[in-house]
Amino acid sequence: LYLLDRPEDIPPRLTNRLNARIAVLTAVVIAAVAMVLLRLWSLQVLSGDHYRALAKDHGILDVRVHPPRGEILDRNGRVLVENRTVMSLELRPSDLPSSRSERRHELAKLGDLLGLSQREIRRRVRATPQYAGYPVVLKQGLDRRLLFYLLENKESFPGVSVERTYVRDYKDGTLAAHLLGLVGQISPHQLKGPAYRGLKPGDIIGQAGVEYTYDRFLRGTAGSQRIQVDALGRPRGTLGNLPAQAGDNLRLTLDAGLQGVGEAALRAKGLPGAFVAMDVHTGAILAMGSYPTYDPSFYTQPHTKAQYDAFGNRAGDPLVDRADQGGYPTGSAFKPITATAALEENLISPGTIFDDTGSLDIGGIVLHNAGGAANGPVDMSTALKVSSDVYFYNLGLHAHASGNGGQIQDWAHEFGLGRKPAIDIPDATSGLIPTPAWRNRVYRSRKNPYIDRPWTQGDNVNLAVGQGDVQVTPLQLARAYAALANGGTLVRPHVGGRIVDIHGRTVRRIKPAPQRHLHISPETRGVILGGMERAAMEPGGTSYPVMGGFPFPVAGKTGTAQREGQQDQSWYGVIAPYDNPKIVVAATVERGGFGVESAAPIARAILEHYFRLNAGGASGAAAASAGGVE
Amino acid sequence: MEAAKPSLTIAPRRSKIVELLNLRYLDGVMLGASIGLIAFSVFTLASATRHEVAAQPLYFVERQVLYGLIGIALMIFVSRIDFTRLRELRLSLYAAMVGSIVLVLLLGTAVRGSHRWIELPLFRFEPSELAKVLLCVSLSALIYERVRRPFGLRQTVSLLALGLAPAALVLLQPDLGTGIVLVAIVLATLFVAGIPWQHFAAIGAAAALIAGGAYLTGSAAGVQFLHGYQQDRLTAFLHPSDDPSDASYQVNQAVIAVGSGEKAGRGNDATQTELLFLPERHTDFIFAVIGERFGFLGAAFVIFLYAVLFWRALRVMRVSTSFYGVMIAGGIVAMLAFQVIVNAGMNLGLMPVTGITLPLISYGGSSVLGTFLALGLLQSIHAHSRMHG
Repeated sequence: LYLLDRPEDIPPRLTNRLNARIAVLTAVVIAAVAMVLLRLWSLQVLSGDHYRALAKDHGILDVRVHPPRGEILDRNGRVLVENRTVMSLELRPSDLPSSRSERRHELAKLGDLLGLSQREIRRRVRATPQYAGYPVVLKQGLDRRLLFYLLENKESFPGVSVERTYVRDYKDGTLAAHLLGLVGQISPHQLKGPAYRGLKPGDIIGQAGVEYTYDRFLRGTAGSQRIQVDALGRPRGTLGNLPAQAGDNLRLTLDAGLQGVGEAALRAKGLPGAFVAMDVHTGAILAMGSYPTYDPSFYTQPHTKAQYDAFGNRAGDPLVDRADQGGYPTGSAFKPITATAALEENLISPGTIFDDTGSLDIGGIVLHNAGGAANGPVDMSTALKVSSDVYFYNLGLHAHASGNGGQIQDWAHEFGLGRKPAIDIPDATSGLIPTPAWRNRVYRSRKNPYIDRPWTQGDNVNLAVGQGDVQVTPLQLARAYAALANGGTLVRPHVGGRIVDIHGRTVRRIKPAPQRHLHISPETRGVILGGMERAAMEPGGTSYPVMGGFPFPVAGKTGTAQREGQQDQSWYGVIAPYDNPKIVVAATVERGGFGVESAAPIARAILEHYFRLNAGGASGAAAASAGGVE
Repeated sequence: MEAAKPSLTIAPRRSKIVELLNLRYLDGVMLGASIGLIAFSVFTLASATRHEVAAQPLYFVERQVLYGLIGIALMIFVSRIDFTRLRELRLSLYAAMVGSIVLVLLLGTAVRGSHRWIELPLFRFEPSELAKVLLCVSLSALIYERVRRPFGLRQTVSLLALGLAPAALVLLQPDLGTGIVLVAIVLATLFVAGIPWQHFAAIGAAAALIAGGAYLTGSAAGVQFLHGYQQDRLTAFLHPSDDPSDASYQVNQAVIAVGSGEKAGRGNDATQTELLFLPERHTDFIFAVIGERFGFLGAAFVIFLYAVLFWRALRVMRVSTSFYGVMIAGGIVAMLAFQVIVNAGMNLGLMPVTGITLPLISYGGSSVLGTFLALGLLQSIHAHSRMHG
């Protein structure tokens, strides 16, 4: 040791060794200070702008403020869909206890309260974008019991909060569920579409029905709130505020009262079916329903995928809107179309008479009238009245033999059958009018085991009476009948009436121009409507048992379609009043038997309500005529 | 002799103050640097902790000013003590140091699971801050006693044991930060004392062996030597994460804060340190606050003040006329420099999070008083060499 030889009280003369050690210490200190300074230089001067940028968008959270969606009202201003604020339970994962066991305990307790499995909770947490405490919605619409429990036990649920959010409120339960449609979060695919420019994941848009079609009016404009948050995602103040703009309201052409009557009449049958009531001149849908139906409020709650699947796959396919997605053979309800083709193409004249012996032999195959009746010699009007199959079989044969052989098909297409009906709700089906080309193509492709032979004249005969491969929806039939009723205008059916802003001003009227005008001579029209009027109003007419007692004449045609493996499909199409047509009603009931048995009573119930026959008889009819549509 | 000049009529009074404050023998540069640091601390707290305590914007400022004034008074008082007399008290001082640590272990208030301080009327007294200084004084005295005998490995081992015992007790509290500062003091003091290089090599090898063995047997037996949060803190800077409750998150945020200060600082636009992205921003992470608010200019200025302080402290070692003084000064240099480097390093993402404060800059009575006590000792050594040199 360097100081051993030195008396302790004498001041130490610094030896070289001590000096060396102090020098080492000094060098270490200098090195350390230099390291800190270099690091400071590197962080602040060399990469300062990088860190400044990092720090700047740190702590700023842009919260999208969802606008209240517009309301949907019926033609009389009755609210069908509005918004309800619900208390929803939100979870901020970053505020959960940091201890693993506490976190598990809390989530388990929460899961028990909400009826959610741990897996489901984790799945939802993962599905939500995470940034500085962005919340995960675990349940919407807390009941009061649960709400109060959570509020009283706030301390035991760190990271759990109860917030107000909007959900759709369906005032009349299942009423017009298929038409109104549903809202839901925008899908990644939809986000890319030009119709949804400016929307963000998590935004709610219409996904079905008029909610879908008129979404751009209903959805409003999202606002945003720029919030300063601290490291734990807790708001520390608002930096900016762009208020959300509420969506416009949608006034439908639908009459909720009429809709209710139609749905009740259909539901009373207890069989799958649908009906459409439409203004013959404008195409405004007055009522349109499908059974079985569903409660759209199911979709206002978060559910598991299994629950969604189970809901959609219930017996009877309740999610399918049979009024515009259910294509069925129409049976004799097709005859007015065949009749128009035959008369307009001069295959026959109105006075042409066929002897209805009850059956017809077509190249060895004998076809019979429904029920085996023999009507004797009949003209067009009578054939429509009694629904003579043999008469129309003959028209099918004639059509097959003359011209291009497809005159019935051409006219059916003119009437909008086998074509998309251009209605303002999505997913309406085009149905099918079988043509030789179609049948031969499918036959050759061997894709359909039922199409086991090429087209023959028998197929055309079948088509003439609405049997075989033909598929028509109630909406299409109503539209075709409306064209007959209004003198040949093929309307575009629509449920939307007008868009009304929040101040009550109409910002847009929905009046789609007719799709086309059919050239049907007044004679043809007169003969066909006359025949249909006789069918409804004269004893012996096919729908006389139901419509015979109606206070004023109407023109109606029944249909009884044979379907493979099940009972006959019941159809009825009716135009009223006969002398000044205003409304057309088409109804169908699966497995409903004869047209007059199931479908006609539904149509009658709708007409009675429309013309206020239950309330005030003739005065009601007058009110209806005066009120008009649109 | 210069009575003719009227301007010197106040000279007698002035010399009295100089006398009272011991100014004639103090190192003025060191004094200036230390007052500059505490002033910068107050300035930083005044601008950055306005909203920390509701309705009391000056809560931290008032207290830090008070601690600073008491600390400066304490420093001047200590500078007037003849430090060489402390040697006679070495056993009492050593016992007081160990006693205070044990007292904290026994009586201390449980805060976040560790026992570190005793509640006093004005502040929470943290004996480990005093213990650091007491260790410098008593360990140097104990070494001084053994200086005359041949300095064999036995002496080294016994001195090492005397030095590391309080460190071990502090680690039991558990206070990892103070513990390693104590170890640094012990090693630096022994180094200055002139322990042979070979002994240092042996110490290093033994430390490596013990640490490695303890880690292996410990993990095999499932024993944890460090608390979970200590382990996290020590390893966190190696793997940054986004979890705000995580030590690595804090380091990340500190680095962003410092970097975002750029050259001139963000002033009142500072968000990192304002919005709680950093915890403990008036104590452990105050350097990040300075970096963000005052930029490179501010942070480098603080480091410059420390550099001046170290320079003067090292100079005290060279001018000291007492070997005892040299050893004390060596321990204090190690103590201050180690704390500055580790704390700044932690704020800059270079070092693990250990809970070591920044001397005179971090808010806190114990830390400020303990540092001024150490500076008082340095001044005393300086004054002693002036008087006797």
